[in-house]
Amino acid sequence: MTAATTDQGVGARPRRVRERGDRIAYVLLIPWFIGMLFTVIPFAVSLYLAFTDYDLLTSPSWIGLENFQHFVSDPKAATAARVTLTYTFVAVPISLAVALGIALLLNRGVRGLRFYRSAFYLPSLIGASVAIVMLWRSIFGYAGVVNQFLAIFGIEGPGWTTDPDWALMTLVTLSVWGFGAAMVIFLAGLRQIPRMYYEAASVDGATPVRQFFAITLPLLSPVLFFNLVLGLIGSLQTFTQAYVFSGGTGGPADSTLFFNLYLYQQGFQRFDMGYASALAWVMFLVIAAFTAINFLVSKYWVFYDD
Amino acid sequence: MTDLQVTGIAPRSSARNLVKRLRGGEAYTEEITGTPATRFLRHLVLIGLGLVMLYPLMWMVSASFKPSTDVFNDTSLIPTTWDFTNYSSGWSALEYPMETYLYNSMVLAVLNIIGNIFSCSITAYCFARLRFRGRRLMFAATLATMLLPSHVILIPQYVVFSKLGWINTYLPLTVPAFLASNAFFVFLLVQFMRGLPMELQDAARIDGCGPLRTYWSVILPLTTPALATVAIFTFIASWNDFFSPLLYLTDQELFPVPLALRQFMSAQGASQWGPMFAMSIVSLLPVIGFFFIGQRYLINGIATTGMK
Repeated sequence: MTAATTDQGVGARPRRVRERGDRIAYVLLIPWFIGMLFTVIPFAVSLYLAFTDYDLLTSPSWIGLENFQHFVSDPKAATAARVTLTYTFVAVPISLAVALGIALLLNRGVRGLRFYRSAFYLPSLIGASVAIVMLWRSIFGYAGVVNQFLAIFGIEGPGWTTDPDWALMTLVTLSVWGFGAAMVIFLAGLRQIPRMYYEAASVDGATPVRQFFAITLPLLSPVLFFNLVLGLIGSLQTFTQAYVFSGGTGGPADSTLFFNLYLYQQGFQRFDMGYASALAWVMFLVIAAFTAINFLVSKYWVFYDD
Repeated sequence: MTDLQVTGIAPRSSARNLVKRLRGGEAYTEEITGTPATRFLRHLVLIGLGLVMLYPLMWMVSASFKPSTDVFNDTSLIPTTWDFTNYSSGWSALEYPMETYLYNSMVLAVLNIIGNIFSCSITAYCFARLRFRGRRLMFAATLATMLLPSHVILIPQYVVFSKLGWINTYLPLTVPAFLASNAFFVFLLVQFMRGLPMELQDAARIDGCGPLRTYWSVILPLTTPALATVAIFTFIASWNDFFSPLLYLTDQELFPVPLALRQFMSAQGASQWGPMFAMSIVSLLPVIGFFFIGQRYLINGIATTGMK
């Protein structure tokens, strides 16, 4: 590689060196290449497995669409899909709204910004850890802090962890508790909006509400879009919270049977790898569809400044 | 080296600016807006919400110092009766003492950090700073894998790992980190390296550095802030990871902290609340510690990736 530079002499523009290409890149990328193989081949193989009956011990046997037919008529799979979608459609909008609201408050110029930002951001780092999920189970337990607090106002709280109507909502609160990551991204986005827009708007007599809808929201829309896409993809793949919360069962009464948890049960507890692969592909297609719709719809509401 | 110093003055100072920007504590110059009344109100809302957010954590700290029978009966945050034995009894409540699990988690975290830092940075270096056929396509393929839910490739990967005899070893949990498998980190580093001035690299070439030497002595040192972001994110992800160890490890002796901790919930039932919360706090402390040390890298890191 150095030979090229010496016969050009020091004075020559080094661009010519670049044009010759850096073949060494192919060597340096060997780990990356193996990693890609380890992603791409399993991706294809899982599609194949989705059409087979496979228990890990005997070799897979082709059964055509049977797994997918089973999926359509499997009431538990339907429950799992419903639980996951309900959770996503409740938790993601609430988290984003809270994150945006707090980011706006912090962006107004607050003494102690760093302190508040840390306090709100920290929970998002530990929200999916086993310790916090166990904590959540305890504070939302029938005799837990939440119900003790409600009792002050004479409200008898439900059995948050034992009542199928409320268990999923308990996990939603845990998800909202982790709004900090989205908030930090919003905050960074708000910093990019030139201050003079607001100054001009207030000279023209625009109210803060008007300013929010006419300046902040359009200019923040790419960031909102980013957070929305990430939030949806993350929520649809929830696993640890559901597993720890329900002890791996998805209970009470399947009310926290997330799709990924069901996939895990089918694949790694019942060793029905074929069906689990089919479930994984269904989830992949749903996530891909959501993301595609997101990108299509984004044309109508996401505003790029440049 | 003198050449590099002479020609490198301008680029280096702009590189320094870039480094400063990512490191940048508070580049925001803050003007405090609003009347005293609205400012007071704002703080009231923020403090109120902050308390609600942090209350569960404070409650857990308090519970870890209460006798198990008091955890749900003693509503005060300051324990009426203090019980310091929760930490010692929790430490040895499971099949192995807590230090075994902490050690295991630490080994996994360190291996993942080393793997990600080197494999992702060298991959990013190729994509950001070298010219070769197929570069764009390869980078696009890397980005595409970001959209792939991990569960789609999970089953075939599990099959391969089990056929290789890797079940119940740390290999499935660490080897992927050495293969630049985290597209997000590659992307983050590419973005950062692209911001470094090209002249630096040219100067290094004129001085006779090959691409590898340039990577090692010029690019890598300047990428430190982004590498810190990668290291901290990796630490937190690895330390919290529950799913992969659940899948691949069955031997208690190999368990990292999250798998061990969960046993407080399934096996002991309701009796061991105090020790359970004590050990929960032990499990969270490293993450919280890293958070305070590396806060600005974390916050700048996620802020940059969200921008463009």
